[in-house]
Amino acid sequence: MGILEVKGLNKRFGGLQALGDVNLEVQESTCHAIIGPNGAGKSTLLNCLVGKLMPDSGTVMFQGKDVLGCKPHEINQMGISRVFQTPEIFADQTVLENVLIPCFAGRDGSFRMRAFESIGSEVDIISQAEEMLREVGMHKKTDMLAGSLSRGDKRRLEMAMSLVQQPKLLLLDEPTAGMSRADTNNTIGLLKEIRTSRNITMAIIEHDMHVVFSLADVITVLAQGKILVEDIPENIKGHPKVREAYLGDAEV
Amino acid sequence: MLGLKKADLRLFLIVVGLVVFAPFLLNPFPESVGMAQFNAGYPDLMQKLVIFGIFAVGYNILFGLTGYLSFGHAAFLGVGSYSGVWMMKLLTMNVIPALIVSVIAAGLFSLLIGYVSLRRTGIYFSILTLAFAQMCYSLAYSVLTPITGGETGLTLSLSDPRILGAAQAADGNIPAAHIFGLGMGESAELVLGDWSFTFNVGYYLSGIVMLVAFYLAIRLFRSPFGLMLRAIKSNQTRMSYTGLNPRPYALAAFVISGMYAGLAGGLMVAMDPLAGAERMLWTASGEVVLMTILGGAGTLIGPILGAGVIVYLESIISTINSSVLHGWFNALPDWLENTLVNIMYPFVGSGWHLTLGLVFMLVVIFLPGGIVEGGKRIAGVFKRNRAEPSGDIKKSAEPGE
Ligand SMILES: Nc1ncnc2c1ncn2[C@@H]1O[C@H](COP(=O)(O)OP(=O)(O)OP(=O)(O)O)[C@@H](O)[C@H]1O
Ligand SMILES: [Mg+2]
Repeated sequence: MGILEVKGLNKRFGGLQALGDVNLEVQESTCHAIIGPNGAGKSTLLNCLVGKLMPDSGTVMFQGKDVLGCKPHEINQMGISRVFQTPEIFADQTVLENVLIPCFAGRDGSFRMRAFESIGSEVDIISQAEEMLREVGMHKKTDMLAGSLSRGDKRRLEMAMSLVQQPKLLLLDEPTAGMSRADTNNTIGLLKEIRTSRNITMAIIEHDMHVVFSLADVITVLAQGKILVEDIPENIKGHPKVREAYLGDAEV
Repeated sequence: MLGLKKADLRLFLIVVGLVVFAPFLLNPFPESVGMAQFNAGYPDLMQKLVIFGIFAVGYNILFGLTGYLSFGHAAFLGVGSYSGVWMMKLLTMNVIPALIVSVIAAGLFSLLIGYVSLRRTGIYFSILTLAFAQMCYSLAYSVLTPITGGETGLTLSLSDPRILGAAQAADGNIPAAHIFGLGMGESAELVLGDWSFTFNVGYYLSGIVMLVAFYLAIRLFRSPFGLMLRAIKSNQTRMSYTGLNPRPYALAAFVISGMYAGLAGGLMVAMDPLAGAERMLWTASGEVVLMTILGGAGTLIGPILGAGVIVYLESIISTINSSVLHGWFNALPDWLENTLVNIMYPFVGSGWHLTLGLVFMLVVIFLPGGIVEGGKRIAGVFKRNRAEPSGDIKKSAEPGE
């Protein structure tokens, strides 16, 4: 049984069937890639998993628990963490504070009033955050305002914020979009290393086939809200249906 | 020390110094010169300065940190005032129970209003708080007259059933508010030549309360809780997807700022046991918004400065009338004197709101960060000037804590 099981998911936006009877099973400790042309419904699928959208029908089970209807923070506390397609960070706060917040959320839960303790005395939490920033190569920028970072750095920061939570399932929505080739390779390296060292299950949406084929154990191809194929990377590469779906959108 | 970092401790000690020496600092001009007009070292005004300081410091916890713009905080101030007077009517003229009950009542009240208002964000939140505050005002003004005294306000009377303490003082008057026997109105006077300085019990009580309130606010700003409140302002979406529930955090901030408002309201009636409905009017709510923005929302010291400037302007400028203006420009030729007086007249006396509006506009346009930003810019200029000759001498490592 997979760590995440999606069954019969449907979502309509007006007349548009964004998701049509989507079934997906993510196995524990694997990296599951979801690819497909623009507007295929990939982000919509993630939105249904993290409580941002309510699907019209279907079920989403995470470790045997029903996720649908839960609030985003409850889903996160269950162990699902998400990196957004457009970076969502705390722009008015420093890079370090951005990583401290998920650290506190991990230790103190979704609400806890620690109004008299000083952040400066939370040595463990601070070193945990700094360690994470070192891993993503941002330790020299800890005091910068997050809003002033470059797009690639914002993505890395957001990834650090997710990784520091040690989620059971990490959802990545185009984590390397807007990154340089070198940064992309760094990110691939980081994700590979994280997978082996921390045993985090990943579901990754990506247009960059280099990233997909470097990381994925299983690939699901989505087009117009429907699943076309699901298979191991070797079999996806030359698959006629996939070619058809992309129609030169990307070379597969 | 005190669990504060060095910079915060310095700031706190500066504020302590200001509060302690305010009777001197606010009375720089000798009595006989015309400039004595600008002295502010008398008890009423000094009390008002620190009490509004408390109000603004509390408001800043909500608005400055979470970004939720409440237009209804005067309601909590009013609730604090009414409950304070009731404690003095029913229990004792000692102000301590009155203050405690003011804070609790305002806290409960803000829990209720905050719970409902925080279901919305942005402008809808602001409008909800405004609507609630206006409802409270109307209730206090008419419907709840038996509790609030309606139009005339709630006052002490000679027939109050005070449990601990007499209904009348020995001289047959209404007894005075006190703290363990020390009357709020009692003052010591120090006359030095042409100067006279007043040290008032009520002022120092309010000052101490403000220092405690300010200290707690500093601690809150530097705490994990404060970090979460800032996160609300920064990005609520990210916050929820990080496993944090923004709602209770915002509500806690709302209630804390409501309690600060209640404390300010309680202190007001401790100084002068009269509570009126106009204290809850939306303009009063707007005033604390102005104070916070003028001083610098989200900064520690800003609200205190903002409150100081506005309260000072209000009481000093509103006492200037045309004869004072004529006095100033006496030495000038008549036509110039009259022109100047005519230009300035609309901005003084009851027109002080015009001055306030102007000051506020200038600050918001040129110094969006308020007075604090102005101070920082000036300090920045000085630092640059100083850094040039001394060059790279040192960047002294500050010892932690
Ligand atoms: N909140 C929404 N309201 C209305 N339509 C939406 C909404 N979100 C997505 N859609 C539509 O649903 C379809 C699927 O969108 P989605 O963002 O899931 O695509 P995607 O596969 O992530 O594409 P991309 O690769 O461009 O990110 C699109 O046609 C989009 O316009
Ligand atoms: Mg997308």
